[in-house]
Amino acid sequence: MKVSMKINGVDYEKDVEPRRLLVHFIREDAGLTGTNVGCDTSSCGACTILMNGESVKSCTVLAVQAEGAEILTIEGLAEPDGTMHPVQRAFQECHGLQCGYCTPGMVMAAVSLIKEESSLDEQKVRNALEGNLCRCTGYHNIVKAVLQAADEMGVKA
Amino acid sequence: MPVEFRKDAVLSILGNKVLRLEDPKLLTVGGTYVGDLWLESMVHVSYVTSTVAHARIIGVDLEAAASMPGVVAIYSSKDVELSPMASMFRDKPAMNRPFLAKDRVRFVGEPVAMVLATSQEAAIDAAEMVLVEYDPLPVVVDPERALDADVVLYDEVGSNIVTSFGEAGDETIFGSCDVVVSLKIINQRLAPAPLEVRSAMATVDKYGRLLFYASTQTPHAVKTLLAKVLKLDPTQVHVITPDVGGGFGAKATQYPEEILVAWAALKLGRPVRWVETRSENMVGLGHGRAQVQNLTLGALADGTIQAYRVDVIQDSGAYPSIGAFLPILTKTMASGVYDIPKIEFRSTSVVTNTTPIVSYRGAGRPEATEAIERIIDVLARKLDMDPVEVRRINLISKDRFPYDTGTGATYDVGDYEGALDMLMEYSNYAELRREQKERLETSSKQVLGVGVSVYVEITNPFPNSEFGGVELTKDGGLSIRSGTSPHGQGHRTAWSMVASEIFGIPLEKIQVITGDTDVVPHGVGTFGSRSLQLGGAAVHEASVRAFEMAREVAAEMLEASPSDIVPTPDGDGLNVVGVPTSKVTYAEIYERSIAIGKKVTHELDFSETNSTFPFGAHLAVVEVDIETGKVELKRFVAVDDAGRIVAPLLAEGQVHGGIAQGVAQALLEEFSYDQRGNPQTGNLSDYTFISAMELPSFEVSHQETPTHLNPLGAKGIGESGTIGSTPAVHNAVLDALAPFGLIHIDMPLTPQKIWSALSR
Repeated sequence: MKVSMKINGVDYEKDVEPRRLLVHFIREDAGLTGTNVGCDTSSCGACTILMNGESVKSCTVLAVQAEGAEILTIEGLAEPDGTMHPVQRAFQECHGLQCGYCTPGMVMAAVSLIKEESSLDEQKVRNALEGNLCRCTGYHNIVKAVLQAADEMGVKA
Repeated sequence: MPVEFRKDAVLSILGNKVLRLEDPKLLTVGGTYVGDLWLESMVHVSYVTSTVAHARIIGVDLEAAASMPGVVAIYSSKDVELSPMASMFRDKPAMNRPFLAKDRVRFVGEPVAMVLATSQEAAIDAAEMVLVEYDPLPVVVDPERALDADVVLYDEVGSNIVTSFGEAGDETIFGSCDVVVSLKIINQRLAPAPLEVRSAMATVDKYGRLLFYASTQTPHAVKTLLAKVLKLDPTQVHVITPDVGGGFGAKATQYPEEILVAWAALKLGRPVRWVETRSENMVGLGHGRAQVQNLTLGALADGTIQAYRVDVIQDSGAYPSIGAFLPILTKTMASGVYDIPKIEFRSTSVVTNTTPIVSYRGAGRPEATEAIERIIDVLARKLDMDPVEVRRINLISKDRFPYDTGTGATYDVGDYEGALDMLMEYSNYAELRREQKERLETSSKQVLGVGVSVYVEITNPFPNSEFGGVELTKDGGLSIRSGTSPHGQGHRTAWSMVASEIFGIPLEKIQVITGDTDVVPHGVGTFGSRSLQLGGAAVHEASVRAFEMAREVAAEMLEASPSDIVPTPDGDGLNVVGVPTSKVTYAEIYERSIAIGKKVTHELDFSETNSTFPFGAHLAVVEVDIETGKVELKRFVAVDDAGRIVAPLLAEGQVHGGIAQGVAQALLEEFSYDQRGNPQTGNLSDYTFISAMELPSFEVSHQETPTHLNPLGAKGIGESGTIGSTPAVHNAVLDALAPFGLIHIDMPLTPQKIWSALSR
């Protein structure tokens, strides 16, 4: 089936099998490998992206379901001049990543969370990130980074 | 690069919070993992794995699968001429693992056939069509039952015992004791579950050599094994380890599925890539822990410990790997931070119809710490003493180092009481006990528990060496090569800091190369919390010597004595001390050094004469709902001492991650099987991988007692968090449940287990 979508502002059109997952479209057809696959039960959140502005696990969406959608992945988050998004910057400043594998999904989930909430506190962040697994950081610095970025972006605790 | 200088640091980058050099890439385009690599005409692999735990293979029918679209080749054991993978137990060759199961399968997830196709989807579709006929055999999953020979995995061996050592049974060792307590602990099986699954890619390079991309902690060991198994000259094998998405010890073992990727690439003359699924990873990547411990501890009435016995049954899984050997580290660390006059340790490793046991963060040491720290709480209860007090009176005092434990360890240096004192202060222990009492008196349904553990662990446990090379580059920067193999630890940042400390060259002008066997001539890798104390120390030593060479060249250029040459404040070059204008840049030094044939470069292997022994004290506060059995971890306070802290941001990150994994073992995670050997937790939906929601923020502090065993004064910190936290949390929960007469509940402390125990 033919499917077309905009990823990070660029149009992609491709003939795909109906069973093709959005995450595989992003990784293999669009060649954007920043988005990772960490499980096969939609449990880990490594593949989290923004679809029409909302975070989704891109392994739970078929490529054909994203027809006409606007997708944002980790590669499209920074400014065109390379300036990192406040969430990306906070992750570096707070040491919110180690091996980096969960990071793209974690960052996209955090971007969406901050956008959706008018106020955030530690428990809200922890609950909201329940579907994004990290094995390295113990989440401590991830939570710290999300709160720091939220603060910077005007979402108060 | 933003740097926060701490007050006592004078012109030193070490000990400062330096942001990671790795991060910008990982945060903007993502890492480059093996699964992100793509080669023209690449073939994809899917393995057909055993769906039964123990069976004879009657037949493997590849015919239907072979005619599926896109299939390039399908192999079963009869196509693979390679000798089985030799285990470290040379007296049990029958237990060597075949690359593909031959006549028999011994665990669910064991590869039986290898399918190669032009796409991942096609490979998976075809794998579905492979028909394997099994004749089921009786199954043994319980390591205690495996001791009996009614179900034997290897007929040639005649029993399930892989190895055993030590003796136990001398009752006289407890003769002088007023109190003797016993405890049986199941240190449950865990899935390491790095976020990146196993993967490998192989191709033949333009020189006809094997080029192998590995998601590993030990690239040079992979190279050695590939050369040996595939009968290639080592010069004909090139291993590259790109970014690795976590390993936690389990990727320090090489697996048949990986080696077969190289074998198939050579056989087909085409690039081959394998990326497993998470469900495959949960049963294919080795598991950790899996010990049954029978413990006895004896003491005088005042709490002074006299004797300790540890009797271990180690589940090795179906094919003995490093896991079968790890009880040796449990023995080494058996007595923990305590002065115990008499210790008996016995261990037997057995095979069962389960996934093989390998090293998993801590690898044999968390088992030792959990044992002693749990039973000492049981002793305290029996004596009606505060558990902290019992610990305190038995601690090895700081004037007794180096300290010989009598179990094979010589602790280098420690101040256990100092760490415990800090913990008591930071956690406000007395206040916690007061609050706990108050809650009980008001008969709250949410009871409070406070648990403590004081731990010591062994890092660089089998002392060996690591390679480090430092070279001045044309642009006046440095190129560092290291034999370590980071997979999240941040070696690029830390090694750059170590070299920058000597040269003054800014971090952004320093490159660090790891995980390429063509560029790094040899190396051991990253595991056992060894990297900083060996790899980092090697970079330090090589830097010191290369810097001397740079100074000599500069001295000649500036017509000064080398001892008067120091780095310029901006790190751009060297100048005569006190004469900033008498200066040469590193780029000029490079040019001159080449011209006079005195290239500024040094490489060496650094080794320690002994292991190092980091230690610390952890405290957990939990709230247990006595109506539902639900545990909430309210606070976690850690004081860790890993010697000198070189990169505090990274050290703290290691502690955080370690704590989370230790808490996960105490409260949530267990890889379990039913009686027929079917995995019950074979994916991330069933396995209760710890998430942000189940954890609080941690209160982490460091004490610094430098070791004399390396020039950095550093010990390992990668596993400490895991080792100290599990018993602290476990003890906290049992502390909360003490008023209800409960002495012990095995991990993980799920609501169901606690509720059942309370209902009895």
